[in-house]
Amino acid sequence: MIFLLILSFTISAKDTPDDAGGSITINVYNIPEGTEQIELYRLTKGDTLFEEVGLIPIFKGELDDATVTDGVLYLYKATALTPDTVYVAEIKEFASSSPEWFNKSRTSVLLFIALFWVVILVYIQLAKKNPEGLFIRKLPPLEAMDEAVGRATEMGKPVLYVPGIEYITDAGTLASITILAKVGRKVAEYETRIINPHFDPIVMTTAQETLKNAFSEAGRPDAFNKDDVFYLTSEQFGFAAGVDGIMLRERPGAIFLQGYFYAESLILAETGYSIGAIQIAGTNATTQLPFFVAACDYVLLGEEMFAASAYISKEPRLLGSIKGSDLAKSVLLVLIGVGVIFGTFAAIKNVAGNPVYMEIFDRILEFLARTAE
Amino acid sequence: MNEGKKDLSDWITTINREIIYTIIGLAVIIPILLGIKEKVQISPAVKSAYESIESLNSTDVILISIDYDPASMPELQPMLKAILRHAFGKEIKVIMMVFWPLGLPIGTEGLEEVAGEFGKVYGEDYINLGYRPGDRAVMIDMGREIRNFFRTDVNDVLLDTYPMMRDIHNYNDIALIVGLEAGRWGEYWIQYVGSRYKQRIILGVTGVMAAETYPYLHSGQIEGLIGGLKGAAEYETLIGRPGFGLTGMAAQSWAHIAIIVFIIIGNIGYFMTRRKERRFRIEGRKE
Amino acid sequence: MKKRVPLLITFITGFIIIVSFFVPHRPFGQLETETLIWYAIIFAFTLVIGVDSLVRLHIKHIRKRKKGWWYSIVFFAGFFYCLTIGIISLIQTPNIFQPGTVFFYGYETILIPLQATMFALLAFFVASASYRAFRARNIEATLLLIAAVIVMIGRVPAGYKLWPKLPVIANWIFDVLQIGAMRGILIGVALGAVAMSLRLILGIERTYLS
Repeated sequence: MIFLLILSFTISAKDTPDDAGGSITINVYNIPEGTEQIELYRLTKGDTLFEEVGLIPIFKGELDDATVTDGVLYLYKATALTPDTVYVAEIKEFASSSPEWFNKSRTSVLLFIALFWVVILVYIQLAKKNPEGLFIRKLPPLEAMDEAVGRATEMGKPVLYVPGIEYITDAGTLASITILAKVGRKVAEYETRIINPHFDPIVMTTAQETLKNAFSEAGRPDAFNKDDVFYLTSEQFGFAAGVDGIMLRERPGAIFLQGYFYAESLILAETGYSIGAIQIAGTNATTQLPFFVAACDYVLLGEEMFAASAYISKEPRLLGSIKGSDLAKSVLLVLIGVGVIFGTFAAIKNVAGNPVYMEIFDRILEFLARTAE
Repeated sequence: MNEGKKDLSDWITTINREIIYTIIGLAVIIPILLGIKEKVQISPAVKSAYESIESLNSTDVILISIDYDPASMPELQPMLKAILRHAFGKEIKVIMMVFWPLGLPIGTEGLEEVAGEFGKVYGEDYINLGYRPGDRAVMIDMGREIRNFFRTDVNDVLLDTYPMMRDIHNYNDIALIVGLEAGRWGEYWIQYVGSRYKQRIILGVTGVMAAETYPYLHSGQIEGLIGGLKGAAEYETLIGRPGFGLTGMAAQSWAHIAIIVFIIIGNIGYFMTRRKERRFRIEGRKE
Repeated sequence: MKKRVPLLITFITGFIIIVSFFVPHRPFGQLETETLIWYAIIFAFTLVIGVDSLVRLHIKHIRKRKKGWWYSIVFFAGFFYCLTIGIISLIQTPNIFQPGTVFFYGYETILIPLQATMFALLAFFVASASYRAFRARNIEATLLLIAAVIVMIGRVPAGYKLWPKLPVIANWIFDVLQIGAMRGILIGVALGAVAMSLRLILGIERTYLS
């Protein structure tokens, strides 16, 4: 006996989850073969006529009707048009929209961030109680900074500090400003000149204040020259050309390339190398790290930049936060390790004919993918 | 050994930069001048980008975001043209927008050139929204209504005057986003549009950025990835329309070979120097 | 007071943005977009500060006849050229990048070649840096060197001609080994940035305030 199963064209409508309201999600199922377009209509409770909402994209089979009013009830109807037939599907019950107070799809992010921050805060408290118990491994690029400034001073050459080409909103730029403060203090102590060109006016203003303060802290406020901290251009390669020009004309003895860089990283680093300057780079731009490693004397790799302020100041609260984030990272590492082992085990079992573990593993992955949006 | 005199190992470890530059320059220029076109192998990443567009039909609309400037043009412009040829060849409608202001003219030039080849009509088959500042804010708000930021097109004409745009309001009406990236906007498309609006995305990126973008492809956050000039050449091969991507591959081949030769020479010199130093140390000890 | 007010602003803004990430309800859900729009508007105005800095600096250079002061004249020539053709083109058409405008002519004949030239320098610099830095100093460096050579040759047509398996190996290095390392660095950078954000919001990290 042959059973012919014909799946009928249906639609569903539900309040769009995790949104600010004003939206109902309509899904269509079993789209008939050869459908050219699906039209969506809506009837507001109390009205007598359906109004056209729009077309439901066939490739998605879903449409968010974002023209609804919260609390108002709507009835939906969809028509699928094929060259010879018009299929109609309608929902049985009214649907309405409402805003949510918590985005459930972000639960795992909230849990992770909360856990991460709690660990950091605990370590900050511990660090305040026992500042001696904190150890941070040596970061050679930060150690070499004093030496680089010293060498430039001995040679009678200026120091060039480039803070990258990102804006003040970038964590790498903020870390760069911290490092600039340290370099600035040393420059002031040695009575050397620091040249600090900028890509972004806001970063420039921040750097001016930072250096002014650094010179004051070193007891040399008079030595600070505001004109040496200047804006060049917000155009990537224009900036690279400008900085290269400064390198070739001013011949700095030490060059600091600290911040977020793009393709101009190697252009800057190679020009710096060609003039024989000692170069200390640092970036959170992972793609540019190889170029800096090839062309510079020292490089702060990725997250090492974010640890710079704690390393420089040795302030217990900052050191505690580094320690806390290291612990959180270790936990994450263990979780990844467990995931890899379990995934491999599940895959082996699956091949052997036992799909249970693989199904569990797939569900975990699905949950993580859904909640990590 | 005479201290002041250079031997072979000294020569090959200190080749002048000018010589290196000249050889690299020749390795790039000669194949381009000769117009040599090389065959390329298709990688899965480019194949899946191609298939994403191949899966669409004439009622679909793609949004191409020009997020590069003239500096990255040699790598990304061939991608733009190849994708446009593929899309227009399948009668797919195209919306173009720009987040890098200096990318607007080159994007427009590419769009107009390919649209001309296929006899496409502005406002019916394609539209150029132009540049708007505020990247992430624009991306998020386009999920509600494109007109919130693009009330008019690049020529300051109201979008609703164009027949193509009448039923296009937000990402619901866009089948696929194609981001051509030389900056951080690719990440923003993934984070702010891909995950939030469940939007299908493919990215074309510069060669340097490809390494950083691959994890997004593996995690399924983007459907396809076209990386660098090689990616462009692969796409041109897939659509059967050789362009600058394939011409550039010959130059890239020779440039890569030249760099490898220099690395080998540098290492030979390095080992010769090490052996020489060891010999000096042994001789010094004997003395 | 000079530090307390900015710290308070940082704390409040940071807290609101975090809340808006998890709470879609009005007015919180809209705050992220709103702040991004504010930032875009404020950013446009900050360019005035940049131009002011640049113009003042170059005026000083010319006045004091500092070393290389003639470069400052070149700067002003470029500055006024762009400004003038920008205004003229804006009068001509709302889209100054339209072919036929004076601005587009400058863009096509000056800016594109200049930018392309700067970017093209990379090819030369990559060659010289590779020649200088890629040395088989130890086992790790040797492995890196071998991987780099395989990827370089395997990702161009010459690699396939040399040995058809080379592109497969190169893709494997790129797809598996490289991604593993890249993910590690990315996770590290992301967690470092999260920790730094917390320090900024709580006012522990305050160097940026000088």
